[in-house]
Amino acid sequence: MWQSRPGVLGWVMTTDHKRIGLLYFWTTLVLFGAGGAEALIIRTQLIQPNQHVVGPSTYDQLFTMHGITMIFFFIIPMTTGAFGNYLLPLMLGARDMAFPRMNALSFWIFLGSGIFIYTSLFLGIAPNAGWFDYVPLANAKFDPGHAIDFYCLGIIFNGISSSLTAANFIVTILKMRAPGMSFNRMPLFCFAFLAASWGLLFALPSLTADTIFLFLDRNVGTHFFDVAKGGSTLLWQHLFWIFGHPEVYILIVPAFGIATEIIPAFTQRRVVAFPLVAVAELLVVFIGFGVWAHHMFATGMPTVTVVFFAAATAVVVIPSTIQVFAWCMTFVTGNARFKTPLLFIAGFIFMFVAGGLTGIMFLAVPFDQQVTDTYFVIAHFHYIIFGAAVFPIFGGMYFWFPKVTGKLYFELPGQISFWLIFLGTNLLFFPMHIVGLEGMPRRNYTYPSGLGWGPENLAETIGSYITTVGIVVLLANLLVSYFRGLPAGPDPWHGATLEWTIPSPPPEYNFAVIPKVSSAYANWDYADREEDRRKLAEGVMVLEQGHEQPVSSPVDGWWAEIVEMPHDSPWPILLAVAMSIVFVLLLLHLWMGFCFALAGILLVLLGWHGEEPQEREA
Amino acid sequence: MLLLLTLAGCGGSQNTLNPHSHPAADIANLFWVMMAVSFGGLALITGLLVFAWVRRGRRGFGADPDDPHPGERPSWFVVVGMGVVFPLMVVIALFVVGNGVIISSTQAPAASSTAMTVDAIGHQWYWAFRYPGTKAVTAGELHIPVRTRVNLVATTADVIHSFWVPELNRKVDTIPGRQNRILLYANTPGVFRGQCAEYCGLQHAHMGMLVIVQSKAQFRTWLAKQSAPAAAPTTALARHGEQIFLDGPCASCHAIRGTSARGFVGPDLTHLASRTTLAGLTIPNRADYLARWIVDSQHFKPGNQMPDFNLSQRQVHALVAYLEGLK
Repeated sequence: MWQSRPGVLGWVMTTDHKRIGLLYFWTTLVLFGAGGAEALIIRTQLIQPNQHVVGPSTYDQLFTMHGITMIFFFIIPMTTGAFGNYLLPLMLGARDMAFPRMNALSFWIFLGSGIFIYTSLFLGIAPNAGWFDYVPLANAKFDPGHAIDFYCLGIIFNGISSSLTAANFIVTILKMRAPGMSFNRMPLFCFAFLAASWGLLFALPSLTADTIFLFLDRNVGTHFFDVAKGGSTLLWQHLFWIFGHPEVYILIVPAFGIATEIIPAFTQRRVVAFPLVAVAELLVVFIGFGVWAHHMFATGMPTVTVVFFAAATAVVVIPSTIQVFAWCMTFVTGNARFKTPLLFIAGFIFMFVAGGLTGIMFLAVPFDQQVTDTYFVIAHFHYIIFGAAVFPIFGGMYFWFPKVTGKLYFELPGQISFWLIFLGTNLLFFPMHIVGLEGMPRRNYTYPSGLGWGPENLAETIGSYITTVGIVVLLANLLVSYFRGLPAGPDPWHGATLEWTIPSPPPEYNFAVIPKVSSAYANWDYADREEDRRKLAEGVMVLEQGHEQPVSSPVDGWWAEIVEMPHDSPWPILLAVAMSIVFVLLLLHLWMGFCFALAGILLVLLGWHGEEPQEREA
Repeated sequence: MLLLLTLAGCGGSQNTLNPHSHPAADIANLFWVMMAVSFGGLALITGLLVFAWVRRGRRGFGADPDDPHPGERPSWFVVVGMGVVFPLMVVIALFVVGNGVIISSTQAPAASSTAMTVDAIGHQWYWAFRYPGTKAVTAGELHIPVRTRVNLVATTADVIHSFWVPELNRKVDTIPGRQNRILLYANTPGVFRGQCAEYCGLQHAHMGMLVIVQSKAQFRTWLAKQSAPAAAPTTALARHGEQIFLDGPCASCHAIRGTSARGFVGPDLTHLASRTTLAGLTIPNRADYLARWIVDSQHFKPGNQMPDFNLSQRQVHALVAYLEGLK
């Protein structure tokens, strides 16, 4: 069996999906800290009327960077990059992703794009037109300088990384499943990541086109968004939200996937109505592509258009309610053990339902037009994004901590962290509904007294501090547990899926023997696991020659062939460095250098393809 | 400073649940119904979770090979009934009421059904208002007659803004190159606060407006006065102020009808003294604030398009005397 290269070089050149997952985890955690710090400054500024903690220019950069960071640099890379990378091959019974070097490439590109966009904040010229960056405010006329160029290039750069990850996930899920894992035997977690990956792959081109148009408008003199020259400002909004609404489901569907793993483990019951839930996970992303214009109800579109998109918005409710009731009935009919991960999932269901119900309200167009761009909307989507995406991330961090580290976390501090975060976020986000209905628009760096918005804002800010304490307790718990925790063993929760059949932390090759799969809850199929042990003892299906990995047929999961996978490679990080240089040169308008750097990329690609994937002689 | 800003906040609230017109009332009533139903839904889900918590550890089934799917059949009924059928009914009902019934009072009115038209023009960062058919132009404060259907046409001079007076109607964005319309109607006389709702740059937070609803007779008088050119200065000091205004940089950005000042970057000041607030509701319109605004507007509204001027105290005094005379 293969081993990882030791030392720093082993991490820099790694193609191991688990190491890449951990690199993603630490990087996104740092960026989460940055996005959280921005939010805390925003909340401190708004703690009472007419505060001057920061000025309007800084405030605009902070709320823009907060949105960009949490969406593009925390939740997507945390769910797909960290959780997906680490867990998908383990749940599929695979030894690595379908394209291990591309996987490494997507991480290094992500890191490069994160450093790129945060450079702007340290220079004090961060993007400042909001995360959806409406033109003409983002045009060169109203926003000269580099701020919006950082936005355009950073988003394109980051999008390359996400597209690579999505393509890799799709192929991995379709081709790398353990023999016998037909679609109906695939864990719901994998359905969720399949849905989110298709979503990313189809949604991102729209955003990339949009940001390229804006970059050209600003720097080359095109007129995509210039009304005076026959362009359209609404074109930006349409292209943005054609990406932006599927994006919401791309953020939360992986979290649904995490929930559908934690619930069976802590109720010791398979998820109720498995096929309905699997289809709902796919449908929610698919229908999510048809609702984008509900972000634009106040732009004066014709009534018939508006009503059409309201109807589509109504339809997207159904796959979500199916899942909510399936989760709840699994709680009810199973034997629920409310350990920390399940508490986070219960909290997630509560938050998702609360945020979903206000979401349903928006399909009444007049109400949407009344409260859009107010704090009511902020409340709605933070219930969804913090409640429905981040809660499962926290729950998942506790749930898979024993698998990743081999140690148990401490239960009592875990539960304390849950209650702090749950009460904190509700105190933070619930009053936003009220203050929004009372007429407070979003993105105001300050607000007058006398309109009755003071008490709500004070409560929200206190809630943000409580939430922060809860997150610190969570991270401290995991950190201390890493050093002081009891050994976890391979399967502390009696989990349902294949990752619990192997040691904690998993070995480089994941599965010593290619596992037998006859249901979506493979670890509960005791006869199959017994057979795996017998095969391992007899040396059947062990594939010990180099990086060997079976490949299956996409639908039925039949054994198709055995392929040799690539191993450690310096080329992914070198290619990412070359691409970073390209983006920096574009930002600085150094067109000649840009052409040379493109040539550099070609050279790196030559090197990449010159090295054949071969295992070192054992 | 705090006190001053407190004063500026006064004059009307902008609470969506305190409606003063039938469109706003329809929306508010719809909200109360939706809120009640939503709390019911949230209570149901919370109830299921709490039920599971109460029964925690009570039954030892689950992965038990004898019964791997306890309660699967009834659960399917719940999932299909409560997860598909029931929400579909609720959503269809909401769709019909919201987008079939209520929308008729909030969508753009047929121009023939309205008694008058007002243009609202968004600027970074104030609202300008024009009354087509008259010469009246004002800023920050929109006057309309009570119980009159007003056709409000929202446009922009620069970026996207959003015209929003929550107690009278929903909001509508101002899109470059387009004219968006809503109905403005008020049941009672009064002052209703509004604010730009679409992020429009540095001073988005200070782009407020007041809608002042008057009796029809009062409104007619007001409109006639606003349509007239500016009053000539009466005192020597004010005449000196006018000279400074017209010779200095002021006139390149501001218009005062009846004089040579025809700028269009800043608000029209023809009848400045008839307004109660300044700078998009940032400060009250009083001589002392006006004087400080002229000298140091960047202090009140950092980033606004009016530079700070190096004027002597006497010059400021004269300017204020002139502007305060523009009744």
